[in-house]
Amino acid sequence: MSDFTTWDILRNLLLAARWTVLLSLVSFIGGSLVGMALLFARIGKSRGGRGFVRAYVEIFQGTPLLMQLFLTFFGLGLFGIDVPAWLAAGLALILWSAAFLTEIWRGCVESVAKGQWEASSSLGMGYLQQMRWVILPQALRVAVPPTVGFSVQVVKGTALTSIIGFVELSKAGTMVTNATFEPFTVYGFVALIYFCLCWPLSKSSQILERKLNVAHRNH
Amino acid sequence: MNYAFDFGWLFDYWPVLVKGILITVELTLVGGILGVSLGIACAWARALGPRWLGAIVATYVELIRNTPFLIQLFFIFFGLPALGVRMGELEAANLAMVINLGAYGCEIIRAGIQATPRGQFEAGASLGMSRIQTFWYVVLVPALQRIWPALSSQIVIVMLGSAAVSQIAAEDLTFAANFIQSRSFRAFESYFVATLIYLALAIGLRQLLRGLGWTIFPRRAAR
Amino acid sequence: MSLIEITEVKKRFGDNEVLKGINIDVAPGEVIAIIGKSGSGKSTLLRCINGLETIDEGSISVAGAQLLPDELHLKALRLKVGMIFQGFNLFPHLTAGRNVMLSQTVVKKTPKAEAEVMAKKMLERVGLAHKFDAYPDQLSGGQQQRVAIARALAMQPIALLCDEITSALDPELVNEVLSVVKELASEGMTLLMVTHEMRFARDVCSRVVFMHQGRVHEIGPPEKVFANPATPELKQFLGVIH
Repeated sequence: MSDFTTWDILRNLLLAARWTVLLSLVSFIGGSLVGMALLFARIGKSRGGRGFVRAYVEIFQGTPLLMQLFLTFFGLGLFGIDVPAWLAAGLALILWSAAFLTEIWRGCVESVAKGQWEASSSLGMGYLQQMRWVILPQALRVAVPPTVGFSVQVVKGTALTSIIGFVELSKAGTMVTNATFEPFTVYGFVALIYFCLCWPLSKSSQILERKLNVAHRNH
Repeated sequence: MNYAFDFGWLFDYWPVLVKGILITVELTLVGGILGVSLGIACAWARALGPRWLGAIVATYVELIRNTPFLIQLFFIFFGLPALGVRMGELEAANLAMVINLGAYGCEIIRAGIQATPRGQFEAGASLGMSRIQTFWYVVLVPALQRIWPALSSQIVIVMLGSAAVSQIAAEDLTFAANFIQSRSFRAFESYFVATLIYLALAIGLRQLLRGLGWTIFPRRAAR
Repeated sequence: MSLIEITEVKKRFGDNEVLKGINIDVAPGEVIAIIGKSGSGKSTLLRCINGLETIDEGSISVAGAQLLPDELHLKALRLKVGMIFQGFNLFPHLTAGRNVMLSQTVVKKTPKAEAEVMAKKMLERVGLAHKFDAYPDQLSGGQQQRVAIARALAMQPIALLCDEITSALDPELVNEVLSVVKELASEGMTLLMVTHEMRFARDVCSRVVFMHQGRVHEIGPPEKVFANPATPELKQFLGVIH
């Protein structure tokens, strides 16, 4: 039964962790793109657009990610497609990340002082010019630490995709446990690998934030 | 898409749903109260406690915040028995939620404590209070007031995260949805209804916490 | 012909009528000081002229162009009228030089090299040519405000609106900003300034407007307004100031 050495366990987990990394990257990048589009609708002039994004955020932040995964998985299934788990996982995580990133970034845009809008208006700039040259460059600097911080949530969020059958680190943990009957060791390692993925991100987010706060220079 | 939605099964399964809701609420209540308490204790240790204790707490916080809740749950429920620590699904679920919220709460509350003006500590000391007394009677409430919105959001996040406890067979709302869909073969509708209930719970919890904030912190001072 | 015509302008914030029918005509080259207690509506009036606030009634025209609340008209107006703010509002992520260049290149589509020449010229005009590459937070308040003036001047406006431009400055920095304004006045720039600097108003301005409770309470040349205030409100205001 225990033909598995500790190295075997770790090796299997590490192989599966590649999928965790890949899914995290796809979700984060996809979520950023969708989130950026939502952000423009959220701070834009169209009332309908703002309302839509507000409802979108409310729904995705007010329901469990696990439910979103189930609904995506079975919802896509309703169209008669045999949905691969990776597709449902990726799609749900992208939509979920987008909701959080939009909210984070909206806060950053709103943190830019009102005088910046006024000064750029008084110089004759239009809305898009103000955004492009004055507001976004400032918001972006503030946005980096919380955005990096949120990437940790994305990595951790991928663990739930194991439940709809996507084989990543957590699923591999369960599978290896079932083969070895060593849950303590296996889940210990799984946790350790997640930690190694997440901690550098958390730490850099903290460092970036401290830098931003300490920086007297605004450039 | 040739699919007829059917919510008629709701009538047959509502007791299961209600039980699931109650367990989710219970988990949130216990997790919320004990988790915030743990968070306060840890925040004190990190901000004002002895250095060695602060270091231990810091390690705990980092470990929890950088690993998925699902894995924490699995570790507690499947892994700990190897050390002779056995517990039921609900106990494990409760424990995981308390530990999880404790870590996040710690960081949030610590930020509130650190924003306390120095003069408050000095005033407490000058009145002859011990450090612990100063913390408890002078510092804590305004600190909590400062970060109450952030703490409230975190409690809602933990409530939504509790959906994962179904994976160790704790019979919460998600477990109920799983159960119903396995019987009714109406997966989408089951999860859809459960999702709506979660949404209502999240909105309700947020309102409740806001109201609680107004009650605990009646004066809008201490900014 | 007047350069800026303000006719029967009314402005409400909710139930609070801040401007209750303002009439002022400004001739080219005039330097006008607007004085009054806080809450008298003087800053609001200035912000209306630049379209930062919309007016509820009346009309404002600058060099014959009407102020209308659509983007096209606003932009046309803002190219004619520059504004300097109490809080400087420099763009913190850009150097002084880039602050002055930005709207030229973005709004006027001036080629970069040309905009740079203009920026250098304008910074020199306010005595800050050597700070071209400095970021706003490396400058003193007075220097920041001078950069803001250079930034507005680079758009070659026909009039400048100054909204309490020295109020956020330490006392020792006020004069360096005022002397720049004084020089602009002597070069014939049309200026409308909300100010608390009574000495400056008396020495430099051609007319003084005293606003009280949303109305123009008194208007006239400084010697008359300061030496012989006609109304008890202005008397009291000047008494408080001195």
